[in-house]
Amino acid sequence: MDFEAMREYLPLFKDALALTVRIGWQGVLLAFLIGIACAIIQHMRLPVLRTVAAVYIELFRNTPLLVQLFFLYFALPKIGLRISAELCGVLGLGLLGGAYMAETIRSGLESIAPIQSESAQSLGMTGMQAFRYVILPQAVSRSVPGLIANVIFLLKETSVFSTVSLMDLMFTAKDLIGMYAKTMECLTLLVVFYLIMLLPVSVLGSLVERRLRHAEFGP
Amino acid sequence: MENALLEIKDLKKAYGEHVVLDDLSLAVNKGEVVVVIGPSGCGKSTLLRCINALEDIQGGQVLLDGQPVLRQAKNISRTRQKIGMVFQSYDLFPHKTILDNILLAPMKVQKRPRAQAEAEALELLDRVGLADRKDDYPRQLSGGQKQRIAIVRALIMHPEILLLDEITAALDPEMVHEVLQVVLDLAKNGSTMLIVTHEMTFARAIADRVLFLEGGRIVEESADPKAFFARPATERARQFLRTFEY
Repeated sequence: MDFEAMREYLPLFKDALALTVRIGWQGVLLAFLIGIACAIIQHMRLPVLRTVAAVYIELFRNTPLLVQLFFLYFALPKIGLRISAELCGVLGLGLLGGAYMAETIRSGLESIAPIQSESAQSLGMTGMQAFRYVILPQAVSRSVPGLIANVIFLLKETSVFSTVSLMDLMFTAKDLIGMYAKTMECLTLLVVFYLIMLLPVSVLGSLVERRLRHAEFGP
Repeated sequence: MENALLEIKDLKKAYGEHVVLDDLSLAVNKGEVVVVIGPSGCGKSTLLRCINALEDIQGGQVLLDGQPVLRQAKNISRTRQKIGMVFQSYDLFPHKTILDNILLAPMKVQKRPRAQAEAEALELLDRVGLADRKDDYPRQLSGGQKQRIAIVRALIMHPEILLLDEITAALDPEMVHEVLQVVLDLAKNGSTMLIVTHEMTFARAIADRVLFLEGGRIVEESADPKAFFARPATERARQFLRTFEY
């Protein structure tokens, strides 16, 4: 193992990590927003919108991120829609993640018995108040393990960004291997940097989960 | 009958072909305790759910203070504030502490200041003997305790009438007693209540009027509960009451 070379590569990996984290979190945030919107639309059975949401979810859940990125990056320009590689990454991750988040949140919403909403409404709450104060908080806390799994999954999926020439972690490792053939060193660094990015998410996620689920499930 | 607090006229409720409430009429006066008994599936619980507009109805109407209670109406949540309801399964909010369970509606719906609502909540909790549990979560309470909290949660809204839907059906015998004691106290203080129950001794003790419901109709009605439970007038009620003897 050539530690000298690894030390030389470090700054490149750091830059790549910064880019991966930046795009990754923007994508995850977008995924959350899309997911919550779709889940609420489906839960409330809003006409038309719920069909749109269902089509969207099936479309993006059943195609690989790689294909979605290629579509955004290489096909859309052919019809005059050119977007930057970085925006492609955020959009691709957000759209794929949105479909997963929607299903996770929806399953949380559906796990809350209708009588919870009825007992809230019989106290004089409107349907919206019952949803906001009684149903949603319970649904979110039940969805937390699934949501955290989705976040980790999405952040790992950033590794396909290299295919649209974003200089993320994967791209950097492949690039360096191509130039210097230090395969072992580069891949070790790659593993370490993915762990640096994701382990805190895992740990933080467990803490959030314990905090949110404390009321219902105890310590 | 003109000054009835709650009036139900020709209420009809059906799920498709299956008729649950068959042109049922009934009035409850202020301060009156009306107990509804009858075999499972006779429409007792559905009746309470219709009064609170938790179900669509197929005919007739429900009037509270002479005003129709309509499920689709804009002011339905305002109307529901006047109707307190307690369910068989308590249905406390599991993500909130006992105190927050009780305070949620007064604060969010009636916009009462927390300090004022909290003072009343603590007083009510004390009345049902659970003041020391205010910071616990529902999962830490027994069934009987949860049901007493559910009653407090309804009471703090100052409802004009309380609907109690088989509130002891899911409880152990010992807990039944502690819950019914709370309801008896309410009756003594003049609360208006419409109670669905399978506890016949309790019904006899608390009722100003008893209704025996079957097949979505009132089969027998009696303003003298002692007499009704001793000698029901109809054969069907006699049969039903016999199922409680061994």
